[in-house]
Amino acid sequence: MNGRALIDRVRENALDWRTWILPIGVIVLAVFYPSYVETIQDSPVIGDFIPGLGSMVVMIVFTMMAVGLNIVVGYAGLLDLGYVAFYAAGAYMAAWLASQQFEQWTFHFGSTGISPTLSGIHLSIWIVLILAGLFTMIVGVAIGLPTLRLRGDYLAIVTLGFGEIIPQFVRNGDNIFGFDLTHGTFGISPIDSPGFGKTLNDSVGLPVNYQQSFDRAQLFYITALLLLLFTVFCSVRLRDSRLGRAWIAIREDETAAAAMGIPLMRTKTWSYALGAFFGGIAGAFYASFKSGAFPADFYFNISIFLLCMVILGGMGSVWGVIVGGMVLGYLNVEGLATIGSELQEAGINFEPTKYQFGIYGAIIVIMMLFRPTGLIGERRHKRELEEGVHDEPFIEGASR
Amino acid sequence: VSALGLALVALIVVWLVVNLFKTPTLFGNVFFIGLATGAVYGLVALGYTLVYGILQLINFAHGDVFALSGLVASSFIISAIGLDTDDSVLVVIGGIFLTLIVVMALFSLVNVTIELVAYRRLRHAPRLAALITAVGMSFIVQNVGLGIYDVDFRSVPAFIPRTEAFSIGDVSLAWNKLVVILITIPVLALLTWFVTSTRQGKAMRAVAQDRDASAMMGINVNRTISVTFALAGALAGAAGILYLLQFNMRYDTGFELGLIAFTAAVLGGIGNLSGAVLGALLIGFIQAFNEGLTWYTPGSDWTRTIVFGILISILVFRPEGLLGERTPEGG
Repeated sequence: MNGRALIDRVRENALDWRTWILPIGVIVLAVFYPSYVETIQDSPVIGDFIPGLGSMVVMIVFTMMAVGLNIVVGYAGLLDLGYVAFYAAGAYMAAWLASQQFEQWTFHFGSTGISPTLSGIHLSIWIVLILAGLFTMIVGVAIGLPTLRLRGDYLAIVTLGFGEIIPQFVRNGDNIFGFDLTHGTFGISPIDSPGFGKTLNDSVGLPVNYQQSFDRAQLFYITALLLLLFTVFCSVRLRDSRLGRAWIAIREDETAAAAMGIPLMRTKTWSYALGAFFGGIAGAFYASFKSGAFPADFYFNISIFLLCMVILGGMGSVWGVIVGGMVLGYLNVEGLATIGSELQEAGINFEPTKYQFGIYGAIIVIMMLFRPTGLIGERRHKRELEEGVHDEPFIEGASR
Repeated sequence: VSALGLALVALIVVWLVVNLFKTPTLFGNVFFIGLATGAVYGLVALGYTLVYGILQLINFAHGDVFALSGLVASSFIISAIGLDTDDSVLVVIGGIFLTLIVVMALFSLVNVTIELVAYRRLRHAPRLAALITAVGMSFIVQNVGLGIYDVDFRSVPAFIPRTEAFSIGDVSLAWNKLVVILITIPVLALLTWFVTSTRQGKAMRAVAQDRDASAMMGINVNRTISVTFALAGALAGAAGILYLLQFNMRYDTGFELGLIAFTAAVLGGIGNLSGAVLGALLIGFIQAFNEGLTWYTPGSDWTRTIVFGILISILVFRPEGLLGERTPEGG
């Protein structure tokens, strides 16, 4: 190969600067957010609408779940109305492995910020995050294996059913044949906070424990951001992988995909498992951030809220889902309340927080009717939604 | 799988029989509660089944239309005609009849409007799009109820006495439960007659079978679908009133009840009218027995888990339902 050809090839493969300048810019802005947030919060007019770091953490966690849900709904085209089950599974995993819930056993490994003699299981939150992801993945497979054979709308109903059963199970799980698994409606609290312990603090300067640190909010924020970046990275890489292309093929035409030799069940189950994985991590991290897991947090509306993020942003488009997630997350955490109080001051008596799910419902309907590809739609999905697809179900039996 | 299913059914039968012998009076009373609840579920389930049969769409908003209709009926009964406990029997009967007609007419209109606004444009879009829209619509209707009636529970005065209408031994059936059954039966008869014997009903079944072919035969598909939604809305309206006569309700009552009714429709075989009623009665009994009986009962804490457990097992093991036929689309 001569030099000229080599240069051409490198040029072809090198990313066009326009494709990465925007993400890099956003990441840089996001990383330095803690250093300038207070300045812009003091600015007139818009200052009231700027979310603080605590709110940002919640927004990022929900965006992370939306990106996970996007793997199932956006890539593979399987409507999951019970994603809240994965959130709950992750949160309770953190509650079991990093709190005093199981007082009968005392086991410590890498936990920080608590007395080493405290009863209960206390693992390092970093390990808990991974275990929660894996556990949720197993839950996802367990839900998926019997149900993924079903056609799209039946699948939606079954996932909805699981999304309803799991919170009720959690609520009633304080007396399972005499064993207190979930502590019922009270939930499990407190949950240990993340941290790196004394050794790593001395040698590398990483914080000992988040909760006891002075810049607690900032630490949680940066960690949440890193987790989101990890999720986004995995999500983008998955989309471009062999598995990701198989998902998109199934979404577009199940029959043709099967004819091309894509194993339907296995591919769909993977989408479930991987979507669940990120939901579990997000749930566990959020539980640790809030220092508690409460059954009242896991209701059906959360699943719809996450779905709304995906639809608003654009099914299948990672960047779209991030935008949708941050916008709706902001509205949910404090945006609607802020707008409400501004309206109140202007003399209009309307509480947007009361009607938040009506607002999300309206967003869903309006988007589906007028812009089904979402704000930042994926080009490939656009054709599918606008021209229609061959949507006949694959004959049952052959897909097993 | 079938052996396991039979074993489970046998276990339930044993459980019921033991309960029957231990507490016969309670069993009888609970049975009637189940019957009355099942009748309401049946009317709602029919709405799901009708719409699913013709559009293959799970109309999530249906449960919320039901709840809204009940709330509107409560204002109509209290404010517009002002029924009260000391009214004579004839006035009460006339009042309920009037409410039924007004609310059923109003909510057929509401349901037709929902179809027109939200679902018609998406008829050729991927099915997921319509389903997602239905979920969104459900929240909109629910919030309309929230906007008008706030978060308070609404009920009507007990102008139908809760005293017993008749009794067999110690088991008694209260008037307000009897009325529910007395209204449900003619409504069901009317619906069956409409679907099987009228021109429009036949057109509905034709469109459900093959939309394109029926269009070629000169059936006005759009109108037929509108009629279906109107019927479903009317049934939801009737169910709303009947529910209101027994319980109190608020804006979000329809969400869970809608899911239960949908489960009933799936249990009976979605798209199948008698299946929906059968499934609804079964679910009504299961719920009543679970919440009312005493010997080894999980109790009301677990009702939802049981109902959705049934839904999931039916979908996984027998997606065509109890009375449905196995079709390639049914899977």
